[in-house]
Formats: sequence, structure tokens, C-alpha cells
Amino acid sequence: MKGAAAAVGASYRNLLAWQRQAALSRTAPVIRSRRWLRRVAERYRHSLQLRVVSATLILSAVVVSGLGYILMQHLVAGIYANMQQTSLSIANTGLNTAQSSNALNGKRNSSTRKVIWSLAHSLQSTGGTPYAIEVAPLPRVQGAPVYSTGDAIDFYRTPTIPAALTNDVVAEWNIKGNAAERPWREWTSMAMGSNPRPVPGLLIGVPFGSGFALYYFFPLAAAEQTVASIQQSLLVAGIVVVFLLAAIAWLVTRWVVVPVRMAAQGARRLSAGELNLRMEVRGSDELAALATAFNDMAVGLQEKLAELEDLSQVQRQFVSDVSHELRTPLTTIKIASDVLYGSREEMGQAAARSAELMQGQLERFESLLTDLLEISRYDANAATLDAEPVDLCGIVLQSADVAQQLAERRGTKIEFRVPAEPCIAEIDRRRVERILRNLLLNAVEHGEDKDTVVTVGMDSAAVAVSVRDFGVGLRSGEEQLVFDRFWRADPARARTSGGTGLGLAIALEDARLHGGWLEAWGEPGQGSVFRLTLPRAVSGELHGSPLPLSPLPLSTAEDAIETAELASLGDSGLGGGGSLARGLPQPGMTDRVVPTEPLVASESVQTRESMVARESPVTLPALADPVLVESVAADALAAGSGVAGEVPDGRARHAGSQPAGNEVAASG
Amino acid sequence: MKGRVLVVDDDAALAEMLGIVLRGEGFEPTFVGDGDRAMDVFRDTKPDLVLLDLMLPGMDGIDVCRQIRAESGVPIVMLTAKSDTVDVVLGLESGADDYIVKPFQSKVLIARVRARLRRTDDPAPETLTIGDVTIDVAGHSVQRAGEPLNLTPLEFDLLVALARKPRQVFTREVLLEQVWGYRHAADTRLVNVHVQRLRAKIEKDPERPEIVVTVRGVGYKAGPG
Repeated sequence: MKGAAAAVGASYRNLLAWQRQAALSRTAPVIRSRRWLRRVAERYRHSLQLRVVSATLILSAVVVSGLGYILMQHLVAGIYANMQQTSLSIANTGLNTAQSSNALNGKRNSSTRKVIWSLAHSLQSTGGTPYAIEVAPLPRVQGAPVYSTGDAIDFYRTPTIPAALTNDVVAEWNIKGNAAERPWREWTSMAMGSNPRPVPGLLIGVPFGSGFALYYFFPLAAAEQTVASIQQSLLVAGIVVVFLLAAIAWLVTRWVVVPVRMAAQGARRLSAGELNLRMEVRGSDELAALATAFNDMAVGLQEKLAELEDLSQVQRQFVSDVSHELRTPLTTIKIASDVLYGSREEMGQAAARSAELMQGQLERFESLLTDLLEISRYDANAATLDAEPVDLCGIVLQSADVAQQLAERRGTKIEFRVPAEPCIAEIDRRRVERILRNLLLNAVEHGEDKDTVVTVGMDSAAVAVSVRDFGVGLRSGEEQLVFDRFWRADPARARTSGGTGLGLAIALEDARLHGGWLEAWGEPGQGSVFRLTLPRAVSGELHGSPLPLSPLPLSTAEDAIETAELASLGDSGLGGGGSLARGLPQPGMTDRVVPTEPLVASESVQTRESMVARESPVTLPALADPVLVESVAADALAAGSGVAGEVPDGRARHAGSQPAGNEVAASG
Repeated sequence: MKGRVLVVDDDAALAEMLGIVLRGEGFEPTFVGDGDRAMDVFRDTKPDLVLLDLMLPGMDGIDVCRQIRAESGVPIVMLTAKSDTVDVVLGLESGADDYIVKPFQSKVLIARVRARLRRTDDPAPETLTIGDVTIDVAGHSVQRAGEPLNLTPLEFDLLVALARKPRQVFTREVLLEQVWGYRHAADTRLVNVHVQRLRAKIEKDPERPEIVVTVRGVGYKAGPG
């Protein structure tokens, strides 16, 4: 019982498997043929030669078959007309013989039958054109004695001689008596000889004598054979002609297409940088002109490029010279100013203040000079990327030093949200640090004494840093303007930290040199976001950023409720609630920051304690934000005490910063 | 502290200004303003440190640097107006230990000069080994398979720093701090170039280093594995 059930189950499974396989084998050829079709279509689109050849093939096939059809019509008509002519002349000869015998002109008697027999016998086909002959009395046909020889027409089997023909013959005879006989003809099918199947042919009936008729049947077999063989030859000739034409088209297009193809390939290689490539010029036709023009273009291009290269070289040299020429005297002035500034206590009040002013303005002059030279380096295309794989999180924390000091003076914080794992990317450290310093300083400077949030994100192709401030924000259109040289949001506004006005322009160039993006977002009163996105590999291409540019939360009901709750939480006395609600991490970002395993959290606490313990020898600004303390401590530890390897660098730091999300969310 | 400093610079005003600052800090500066005469003055004065401008009339600063390095391991600090990668790396590869980009502050200059002249006066006798390289720390000598290797003081310091903690990975920033005495993160190209120079001297095959190994994305460490 059980065994039987199992067997049924097994066979059912087999059936299913078979069905699956059948379905597969049904679909497989369909897919294959579809793919093949697509490949052919692709090839068709891309090959001029294929298009010309196939067009020739189709057009010549149409023309040749049209011509063949007309030719065939003519030939067939001629053949049948000829055959009819021959048949009629044979019938006329027979009629003459029948009439000249005179034996059948009188009344029918006992010898009539014999006479008919001998007449039929004498008229039968003797080679040449095959036919069958009958002699029959008029008007009765069916059942009447018929005299035939050889391949007799089978009058006794259907179809008999068509009634229409008989009627015509009888009518002819009735009108004209036994005089002026002429043959009546009709195309019809009749059984002939021993072959029971009717064959097509020409039936001719002639009345003669005293109520007799002579019937000839000429089968069409011979004419049909001729027609068929002509048809066959025409078909073969047509096909041969069509394919010959296609071959000729192929050859002719080849003459044109091959040089064009070579020119295209040459242009490709030229654009890929093979400037010394030249085409072979043969003869003096249009193709030779193409080759000559191509070569001229290559020469022109080479010359132009060399010219530009020279120009760029000259400009680079000029930048370098200016740099040196300006910097040497500036160094002397600067050191002199240092000396004066150092001994200002021994001077009079005016001189001392002058020394101070000079010291301050020299710094500004220097940074302006540095920025100008950097910009002119970009303008001369002399900037080079010196990329190496580094941890972006580390750079972010290191770049924050100056901005940190400014923030501290203003009593604000910079909050860092970095992922748990190190964000390794191939970047130019110096340039990225410069970008980040700039963004951070700007954020603190324009942050209206509110906190700044720095978020680091990464995916498989890119790393990103976004710097968020809650200051005045940007008016619409200013997202692009901020990157302009010497652009200021409000010309009347006093500068506090003394930027050169070139910072963001240089930062944008720095980002572009990496193949990355630097974008800005801002709303009046909502603050602004600057997002830097860099590809993780030097030659990598960016398709998106791991971080959102706009910080406004998605307008789903859930988010709104969450925001409202947190905002009210902030209002109920936890402090800093206002900025907390705005600084709420994006849903996707929270996952990165908040630890999921409690084990990691406890580890991180331990690490943090050990770090704080080690922190003392490193000079650190006194900071209120625990996140920042950890981050900077870990970083300073890594850089400062030379025990970087003892604490797994990224891990320790990021483990330490992991609870950041929690703390931020809980306490602000 | 010994303090003879040779200033090779063609700008008379800057040279004089440097002289004022250096004397003020207790160094004994000597000056030469011409690349062609630089080697003669160097041999005559036997300075403890050379401050070298890269752009000089006569022989160019890079060549002066190479010639000094061929004769001596004396610390060379380049003064350069060009902070572009190519210029800096070229200077470092020709043998300079450190560089300062103009315009610089006098205290930065003094700090760098002191850092290059700072030697532990009486190091404890200590012998370190990585692979087939043996380092006598007190005797300032390095041997590979019994053969003495000629390292500059900076290269020696770099090797010792790595060798004291074999298999520990040092970031470039840590090495900058330990070997060059930089307080703040500075140009990590210094480390890259000097690691290459060190490898050229101590590795059997500098293309496949076994003693100073690169740890991708992090830094360097001593010893295989």
C-alpha cells in the first residue's frame, strides 16, 4: 500500500520533471532564435555593406521574378498557339483524306462500319505529334459505334466528348449540309488509352460526309513538358542572376566600405591619442581624397595640440615663476614681521600695534596668494592628483581642527556621524583635507551659533561627506553661485574668519580633479548642506552619492510624527531640542550609526574609557560633546602616541563613536 | 647642541634674515649664494645642517643636494617656493630630509632645524634585527648579512622607529611625528619618498620589499607577514 503510494508519487514527480524539461526545451529554441534575430538586426544596423547587399538581393529578386513572369507568359502563349496550329493542320489533313474517300457520303450500309474502321486506321498517328483519333456518326454519340485506333479516346467512360463541342459540330453540319466542314476545337481533359486518369489536351471535332464526325485529341503533355523545362531554366537563371548581382553589390560596396571603415578606425585611434597615425593614399579618386583629408586633419590636430601644450607649458612655468618670485620676498617680510612682532613689547604703542597689524595682514596676504596660485594652477591644467588609499573618516576628523577651535570660541559643537567600518578610498589627502577644512569653517562661520553636523557615508563605488549647518541658508540659485570666485552672499556682511573668497572655487576644482562632486543645498532659514562625493577608485565613475543632499525628511506621516515627538521631547527641558529635531538623522543613516549588537556597545564603552585615560598627554580642546571627544581622542591617539597598531585604528575610533546616534537621539 | 648651519640661498635679503633668526636661536650660520660654490663652502665649513634653496644661479639646488648626499649624511632641509608634488618629490628623492614651503614662519623653520639636529645624546646599547638586517642603535650602524650599509641619520631613525616594534603597522602620520618631529599632520609624501630611499639601500629587491612592508590603506611595518 505504502509502496504503491510511493511509486505513484515517484511517477508523478517524474511526470512533473518531464513537463518542466519539455517546457524548457520548448522555450530554449525560442530564446535562441530571438537572440539570433537580435544579433542579425544589430549587424544589419551597423553594416552598410550588409544593407546594400540585402537591398540588392531583394530588389533584383523582385525585378527578375517580374521579368521572368512576363517572359513565361509570352513563351507559354506561343507554345500553345503553335501546338493549336499544328493540331488544326493535322485535323484538316485528316478531313481532306476522309472527304476524298467519298465512301461515307452516301447512306449507311453494311460496309459503312468497315469503311469507318479503315478510315480511322489510315488517320492514326504515325509518330511525330501524338494524338488519338475517333470517327463517329452524328448526331448520336453515346452508345453509338465508334471507331478508333491506337490511343483511343474512351467514349464510354466519362467524360465523353463534351456536349458543347458535339452540338457545335452538329449545328455546323445542319447548317452547311455536308459541305464546307471546318474543325471545332475545345480545351478539355479526357482519359486516353489505357490510362484511366483524364489528361488535359485539345479536342477537335470536324463533321464530314453524311453525318459523321472526325474527332482528334491532342494531349498537352509534350507542350506542358516544354513549358515546365523552360520554367525551370528561367527559375535557375533568375536565381543565379540575383545572387550574381548580390555578389557584385558586395564587391562594389567593399571597394567603398573598406576604406571608409579604415578611416573610421583611424579616427577612433586618433581620438584615443595615436596622433602619429596616417592613412594610406592610393590613386586620386574620392577615397584618396578622404584619406588625404584625414591625414591633413591628423596633422592639424597634432599641431594644434602641440601649440596648446606649449601654451600650457608656458603658463605653468609662469605660475611657477610667479610663485617663486613672490614667495621669496614674502618669506623675508614674514620672518622680519615675526621678529618685530616678537619684540613689540619693547616698542612704542604705535609701532607695536603696527607690528601686530602687519603680522595679521601678512597671513591674509599669504593665504590669498596661496589660493590665487592654486586657482591659476587649475586654470593652467597643472594640477595633479596624488591619490593613495586612505580612510576618509580619519581625514574628516583631522580636518576639523581649525573649525573646531572656531566652534569652541562661538560655543557651538560639531557633531560627527561616521560609519562603523573605515571608508577607504583612493584620494589625494592634501586636497580632500583642504576641501573639508573649507566646508567645516564655512559651516561654523555661517552657522549662526548653531551646531554643525558632519555625516560620512559610503557604498561600493563612492564615499561621501555632508556638512550641515543651521544658519541663514542659501537663497534659491545660490547653490551654484557659492562656488564662484570671490562670491559673497552679502557684500555688506563683515567677515569674521577672513576667508579669501576662493575657498569653495578651489574645493570644487579639487573635487572635480578626483572625478567627484561637490554640491550645495540650502533654504533660507533652514541652513545649508554641502555634500562632497568622491569615487572610491581613482578612475571610478560616480552614478550616485551614498548620502542625500537635501536634509529635509521624506514627507511621510511616520517621519512627521517622529519629528514632532522628538521636538516636543526637546522642548520639555532636555535642552538643545530645537536643533535636535532638525539634526534628526535620515532613516537610512540611523542604521549606520546606531549599534545593533549590545556586545559592540559595551566594547565601545570600554574602549572609550581606555581612550579617555590615554588622552591626557595629547593636547585636546576641552569639549562638551562626548562623540567628538572620542573621535578626536582616538585620532590624536593614532597620530600622536605611536601606538596606532595596538588599538585597531578605525575600529576603535568608530566603535567609540557608534553610540553617537543613540546619545544624540536620547539626550541631544 | 652643535649648530653650524649652512644657508644656500641666492636671495641676499632672505639669507640675511635667516641669519638673524638662526643667530638669535644660538646657531652659527654660514652663507653661500651660488650653486657652483656651494660644494666648496660645504667642504670648508662642515656644517651640521644645510638649508638649501632649490632655485639657485649656477648649479641647481637639486644637483647640490645630490652632491652633498653623495659625500655626507648631513641633514638637508629644502626651502622651496614650489609645493607641487613633482617639485617636492624631486627634491626629496635627490636626498633632502625635509622641506619647508615658502613663505614660512621663523618658528617653523627653527622647529624643523632643531628636529633634524636633535639626536638622543647617549642611547642605550641596543641591537635590533629584522630579517637579515641588524641594527646597532648606539653605534649608529646597520648591517645586512654582515655587510655594513650606509644610511643617513634620517633613514636610520626611520628604520629604528619601525624595527623597535616589528609587525606593528605605523601610519604615515605616526612616522611623521616620530621621525620628523611634526606635531600636526603634514605632507605624507615625505614618508613615501624616504621609505623608498631606505628600501633601495636595505632591501634585496626594492620592488618586492621584505623588511619595510607597505600595508595598503594604512601605512608601513617592519618585517615580513
